[in-house]
Amino acid sequence: MKIKVLINKEEKEFEVRVNDVLLDVLRRNGYYGVKCGCREGECGACTVLVDGKPVTSCLYPAVRADGKSITTIEGIENDRIGSVLQEVFLEEGAVQCGFCTPGMILSSKALLEKNKNPSEEDIKLALDGNLCRCTGYVKIIRAVKRASEELRERGGK
Amino acid sequence: MKEFKVVGKSVKRVDGISLVKGRPVYVDDFYLPGMLYAKVLRSPHAHAIIKKIDTRKALKLKGVVAVFTYKDTPRIPFTTAGQGAPEPSPYDTFILDKKVRFVGDRVALVVAEREDIAEEALNHIDVEYEVLPAVFDMRKADEKGAPVIHDEKEAYMPLPLNYNPKKNIVTYVETEVGNLERGFKEADVVIENEYECHYSNHVPIETHIVITYFDDKDRLVIRTSTQVPFHVRRIVARALNIPVKKIRVVKPRIGGGFGAKQEILNEELCAFATLKTGRPVRLLYTRREEFMSARTRHPQIIKLKVGAKKDGTLSAVSMNVLMNTGAYGSHGATVLFNTGSKVLPLYKCENVRFVGKTVYTNLPVGGAYRGYGATQGHFAFGIMADEIAEAIGMDTLEFLKKVHIKEGEGSPIFRMLGEGKEGIEQKITSCGLPQCIELGAKEIDWKRKREEYLRERNKQGRFKRGVGMVILMQGSSIPEVDMASAYMKMNDDGSFNLHIGATDLGTGSDTVLAQIAAETIGISVDKIIVYSSDTDFTPFDVGAYASSTTYLSGMAVLKVAEKIRKQILDVAGEVLGESKENLKIEEGIVYGGKGKVSFEEIALYSLYKRNQFQIQAASSSISHKSPPPFSAHFVEIEVDTYTGEVKVLKYVSVTDCGTAINPKLAEGQIEGAVVNGIGYALCEEYIFDDKGETLNPNLAFYKIYGTRDLPEIKTILVPTYEETGPYGAKSVGEIGINGPAPAISNAIYNACGVRLRKIPFTSERVYKALKEKNEKIGGKF
Repeated sequence: MKIKVLINKEEKEFEVRVNDVLLDVLRRNGYYGVKCGCREGECGACTVLVDGKPVTSCLYPAVRADGKSITTIEGIENDRIGSVLQEVFLEEGAVQCGFCTPGMILSSKALLEKNKNPSEEDIKLALDGNLCRCTGYVKIIRAVKRASEELRERGGK
Repeated sequence: MKEFKVVGKSVKRVDGISLVKGRPVYVDDFYLPGMLYAKVLRSPHAHAIIKKIDTRKALKLKGVVAVFTYKDTPRIPFTTAGQGAPEPSPYDTFILDKKVRFVGDRVALVVAEREDIAEEALNHIDVEYEVLPAVFDMRKADEKGAPVIHDEKEAYMPLPLNYNPKKNIVTYVETEVGNLERGFKEADVVIENEYECHYSNHVPIETHIVITYFDDKDRLVIRTSTQVPFHVRRIVARALNIPVKKIRVVKPRIGGGFGAKQEILNEELCAFATLKTGRPVRLLYTRREEFMSARTRHPQIIKLKVGAKKDGTLSAVSMNVLMNTGAYGSHGATVLFNTGSKVLPLYKCENVRFVGKTVYTNLPVGGAYRGYGATQGHFAFGIMADEIAEAIGMDTLEFLKKVHIKEGEGSPIFRMLGEGKEGIEQKITSCGLPQCIELGAKEIDWKRKREEYLRERNKQGRFKRGVGMVILMQGSSIPEVDMASAYMKMNDDGSFNLHIGATDLGTGSDTVLAQIAAETIGISVDKIIVYSSDTDFTPFDVGAYASSTTYLSGMAVLKVAEKIRKQILDVAGEVLGESKENLKIEEGIVYGGKGKVSFEEIALYSLYKRNQFQIQAASSSISHKSPPPFSAHFVEIEVDTYTGEVKVLKYVSVTDCGTAINPKLAEGQIEGAVVNGIGYALCEEYIFDDKGETLNPNLAFYKIYGTRDLPEIKTILVPTYEETGPYGAKSVGEIGINGPAPAISNAIYNACGVRLRKIPFTSERVYKALKEKNEKIGGKF
């Protein structure tokens, strides 16, 4: 069967099998930024935004995405919040192996969309579903904090 | 301290853009037409013989291309340990075998057109097992009558390390210096205790993954998530009995390793399927396989007996280590040796004895894991140090300041224990530990809190706080064993290709090595194009392990860049008509007394104009010593005495890694290691049933730290200058993981007076210890 989605602001149709999870459909269609780390919804490497909310695509039935809007890491380069996050993650040393980074950045984007001035606790809560084994999270949390500051400084644009 | 232009700056990762943009740069982000998907059938038994194996039903499934069993694969023993040749690990592994030795061992391989079909086919392989008695307790593994795990005649150890598979013994070592008996006699106090370290998993977020295929020259290409591409090439060639020249190993970006990928774990199996089918094959570990069938940290039981004098000196140290390597002996000797060699030299003592034994059991397999034996050793000695200080009535901090090895000093241990052979004598040429201790104590407010919490200890109250500390060392590369090399050339526009065998597993070594090259030549990092870890296109490097990359590969890069710099000056001299002595390089321009010439002009001149040649060079490096980085860790915790829960409030690590080539990346190494270490101390644990099956092979029940668990983390670097390292650098990758377990144990003691000598300090275990203590003193909580 086919599903229709708005993915990274582009309308697309994907062929899916009934037991497909969104992760596999996305990777099959070239969205390799969506990573597979556990297939049990625990590590968050497969995080994408569905209608703006972070979901673990490894547990998300692909058919359920029909008619919905999906954002992957490939779709945020020209996004105000996304691009700042990408920049700041690099500057702060928040990226090591990079495997958790797409999910981290998407979860951070979802947070900053609704909370312009998150506390450290807010950031920790928002990223709790994204595991990272390299960084110890310290620089990731700092990067999100700094991204929020930079975004506020730059204003609405 | 010397000032540098590029070194010592936190430049952005050279591979960073592709990572933050989610570009397809990892092994699995890659599809080849006709690619097949492989899945491994795993043993449900801890020890069994395959009596019958019938693959016909599986082969009948639509989409299944082949099913391989031990009947199909070459029977050549090899080790999965990615170490230099000959490996100090037993050759006790076959691609597939008739015998299985732990729950999760390989039984058969299915390749199919789709991954789900391959998975389904596993259910259609009929296997009849003869189940054998198994041994799970490392204390009993070499007892008379214990089941022999490696009874195959082919198994052997390529180095003389007392391999005795008939008794399940992988290695045995006994070494002594000084006079132990006299040492204990001279002691004012003698303390003897046993410490136990458990199984734990690396949990790289990217599990093991390999894709194999034939290239246009009919050569086998192995695209793999590895820390050791050159060892993969050599060991796969051996296991498959094909020449090294037939194989190219490529490591793209990889999603974390921590030692898990210093192992030839699936490359030879996947390559076998490509050889047989002629088609590209992909083999990806599930998270369950990563836990059960990949590698772990070796569990150890460490007996320490230490004699100390009232003045805070040690008169005798006896360390006895029993190590469990699981069903295969990967890294089984060297991890054991490191427990002594990376720990004992830190604590000065003339009379030292080290006895170590590694045994097989029918449990998951140990391997290289960040810290590599030092983690276990520092756990034991870090607590012992706290116990001794108490016994001689000294503050732990004062005792540690006194007892630790200092600049200019050596240790007999360096010579006694090497990596699978005798070690190398060395003197410490840089040691910032005194400053580390001082800064850390200040940051945690050591003296005041330590005394206050001790006073509070026996008062009423549910929550008790404590502070604990530990000092640490590691090494930087394996002396007289490891080798790294680099190649460099100049391009038309004055940029440079830097080709290195070194393997960036997410650590940022490509960036650090580019910084070293840029600093040496006199340009910015963006002029260096790094290409690493491809056995066809980069020169040899042992790979990313033993804390070697910055120190050893860095030295190879420094040497090659010096050669390039010299060639550039030669050409510049010719162009400017000046003698070389008058020239200097700044930001990619060579200035003479009269004129100047840019790198681009130099490149164009050398490539096209006169006396043409390619500005290029290659270089190798080895090390005659392994200068240790040092670190002092401090932790403040709170114990809920009603539940036994231990909460880390603040963690301070202060580290001397020589010159931090890239401070943010160095801090990142320490922070990642520390948080991993806190998890190892408090919650990470394998739970086995009585048949040796792992009951929690998933991230839901094997808990690793997430953001919400995080305490306040403070990371401080203490610069020193290690004269043998590139721009004064030592290693930083491993040391940080060694601290949390002993520091937290010591803090728990400060908080509530119970000593925990077995990790992890789960609520249950702490509660039990508290209860026992209260029963002993007849109290109540």
